[in-house]
Amino acid sequence: MSETLVSVQDMKVHFPIKRGVFMDRTVGYVYAVDGVDLEIKRGETYGLVGESGCGKSTLGRAMLRLNEPTAGKMVFDGQDFSALKGEELRKMRRRIQMVFQDPLSSLDPRQSVESILIEGLRAHGLDKGKESTNKRLRELLTAVGLPTTALRKYPHEFSGGQRQRIGIARALALEPDLIVADEPVSALDVSVQAQVVNLMEQLQEQFGLTYLVIAHDLAVVKHISDRVGVMYLGGLVEEASSEDLYAEPLHPYTRALLSAIPVPDPVVEDRRERILLAGDLPSPANPPSGCRFHTRCPWRQETKCDTDRPVLRELKPGHKVACHWAEQIQSGEIKPHEVKPILVEEGDGLSPDVPLVGPASVTEALNP
Amino acid sequence: MALLEVRDLTVVFQRRGEEPFRAVDGVSFDVEPGQTVGLVGESGCGKSVTSLAIMGLLPKRGATVTGTVTYDGTDLLKLSDKQMRDKRGSELGMVFQDPLSSLNPVIPIGIQVTEVLERHRGLARKEAMIEAKNLLDKVGIPDPNRRLKEYPHQLSGGMRQRALIAIALACRPKLLIADEPTTALDVTIQAQILSLMKELVQDLGTALVMITHDLGVVAGLCDEVNVLYGGKVVEKANRHPLFAEPRHPYTHGLLSSIPRLDAAPGEKLTPIKGSVADNIPWAQGCAFAPRCPNALDVCVQVTPAEEDQLGRLLRCHNPVVPGTPAAEEVPV
Ligand SMILES: Nc1ncnc2c1ncn2[C@@H]1O[C@H](COP(=O)(O)OP(=O)(O)OP(=O)(O)O)[C@@H](O)[C@H]1O
Ligand SMILES: Nc1ncnc2c1ncn2[C@@H]1O[C@H](COP(=O)(O)OP(=O)(O)OP(=O)(O)O)[C@@H](O)[C@H]1O
Ligand code: SF4
Ligand code: SF4
Ligand SMILES: [Mg+2]
Ligand SMILES: [Mg+2]
Repeated sequence: MSETLVSVQDMKVHFPIKRGVFMDRTVGYVYAVDGVDLEIKRGETYGLVGESGCGKSTLGRAMLRLNEPTAGKMVFDGQDFSALKGEELRKMRRRIQMVFQDPLSSLDPRQSVESILIEGLRAHGLDKGKESTNKRLRELLTAVGLPTTALRKYPHEFSGGQRQRIGIARALALEPDLIVADEPVSALDVSVQAQVVNLMEQLQEQFGLTYLVIAHDLAVVKHISDRVGVMYLGGLVEEASSEDLYAEPLHPYTRALLSAIPVPDPVVEDRRERILLAGDLPSPANPPSGCRFHTRCPWRQETKCDTDRPVLRELKPGHKVACHWAEQIQSGEIKPHEVKPILVEEGDGLSPDVPLVGPASVTEALNP
Repeated sequence: MALLEVRDLTVVFQRRGEEPFRAVDGVSFDVEPGQTVGLVGESGCGKSVTSLAIMGLLPKRGATVTGTVTYDGTDLLKLSDKQMRDKRGSELGMVFQDPLSSLNPVIPIGIQVTEVLERHRGLARKEAMIEAKNLLDKVGIPDPNRRLKEYPHQLSGGMRQRALIAIALACRPKLLIADEPTTALDVTIQAQILSLMKELVQDLGTALVMITHDLGVVAGLCDEVNVLYGGKVVEKANRHPLFAEPRHPYTHGLLSSIPRLDAAPGEKLTPIKGSVADNIPWAQGCAFAPRCPNALDVCVQVTPAEEDQLGRLLRCHNPVVPGTPAAEEVPV
């Protein structure tokens, strides 16, 4: 079980911010993912959490090479996935599948479920004759808990939870080793989320799958994951088994995040202490110097915090944290203090002196 | 008499060529000053339509609103549009999920706040500017002087929501309806906004109607909780008994299906089977019957009435008895 399937090494994704009449000048970068190392073991579920814009999806997409990384690589099952080309890349791609947040927009509305599923099989040469394919389709539907009558229907004829089952069936069809699921349940109704979570767990057991689950809901991630990585502004700030992370969060951001999540139990809510963070997330185009959390950190110190970027280090077996003062914070030697919120610029956070000739936003610039 | 008394509120939408659709179906609840009442339920159960009906914001054509909404002795449903406009923005405040849609995009935040102060509190421009700055400060917007001059799109989601709360605060409403005010925000920002709303209720005695699908938010904030399903309140109780002993199979199912942050490792989730698409019309029985592990034959024959049962209001023929397992295992 402890064999490494995925190893991400110093992954960086910087999106250029272009300006000028011909969009020909790069005036800065969005540091969406800025130096992430992580390992995922075969058969485990690795959960990636963090707030909106911290770079979770970009990291997932860079691993699959849906975004070309600026630097760094991913080694998959011993092979440098980042360097693969042509046929080899295509073969390897089959082994890594993705499940998306919004099942409706990721399924072609004009295709029946049958043709959605067959399409993937064909692309990877797994369509070996009518009979075996039909058998395979029925197996897939049974595996994800849909009736075989679903094959002739179209995505809009299903509820959100059922559509997510179709998305999962499509990924499963290719017999992948790794499934990267980006917010697999966040678009679903509360009462339906558990169906999909349980299904994913059951399929993992049945097919020996490895999961990377990306989500902003820490309760869901904690439930489904063996290990969890917490991201803040493009970097991992803490990594631990999901029990340890909850029982003993070491990074100030993780502490604040955990304390902010409401628990559906009034008794717990009434006696909980919240660590309220001041202000907003800084812009990834203009990340704070030193520790990226220093602008909001209640434990920030005069030295090191605003000048040196802390690296992820192992404080206890299997428990890593990127904070200069983690030991002192844990022992209580350093106490939290009040933080004044500071102004965070919306948009790309560039100085107003840069003439705005081109599009106003990053998204506009990159997806004309 | 409560500050707000909603009785038998019903909203029927009529689209051409379609069956009339009862989005809200006989909803009743009270809110006292300084009290927070929650409306909770999943997507499409009628939460927003309820709040829009109370505020008189539903389209005049196509939506029929019946029942009574008595605020401070007056039935709001009988007021003219003009009278209702005056009430909103003065005594009645509202905060929506998407703050951008409720802020005017072409007017700087500062003017939007001072306008309310001038109109509803009769302050002069200069005083209003000072008060606006104080309000922005109070809701945790950094550098308020500068923010006052900015347009809504220049603020982040969290800052916009704060600005909207500042505007709602500006007129010191006696009743505030918040419709998913934090759903679009990150949890650390949500925690800030919720603590702000708590302060509001405690310090100013505002009556708050909190609409959310997040049972965690309800658990920490609401005194009384109304669980909605298919446009009807199916369970109404104070938050402590509701969470300790959910009696309606739907409430019980919801609580067993959400992972808790503080759960022991290896906790199993028990989902509710099916989806709202499986509902039957309330007119035929219990809308939840096709998904309900407790369903009896009577459930698809007789519409359960809202009754005082087991120390709370319940709409159910066969409520969950504490201590017994939740009927059959649901297949995944
Ligand atoms: N194609 C792109 N071009 C430019 N900037 C981008 C692009 N994709 C993402 N970004 C920016 O990179 C940052 C990280 O985005 P990402 O989508 O990875 O965040 P996330 O953690 O997945 O957030 P969410 O929880 O909202 O999905 C954001 O600031 C985003 O605006
Ligand atoms: N203007 C309208 N015309 C017709 N039907 C409507 C209209 N507004 C809402 N509905 C319908 O009324 C039902 C209740 O909608 P409502 O917006 O109150 O749900 P909600 O509980 O707020 O859900 P959500 O959690 O998704 O916000 C839905 O089925 C919706 O499609
Ligand atoms: S390094 Fe400093 S600023 Fe960063 S989390 Fe640790 S104490 Fe806070
Ligand atoms: S009335 Fe019947 S079907 Fe409806 S919730 Fe109660 S037991 Fe279930
Ligand atoms: Mg994302
Ligand atoms: Mg709504």
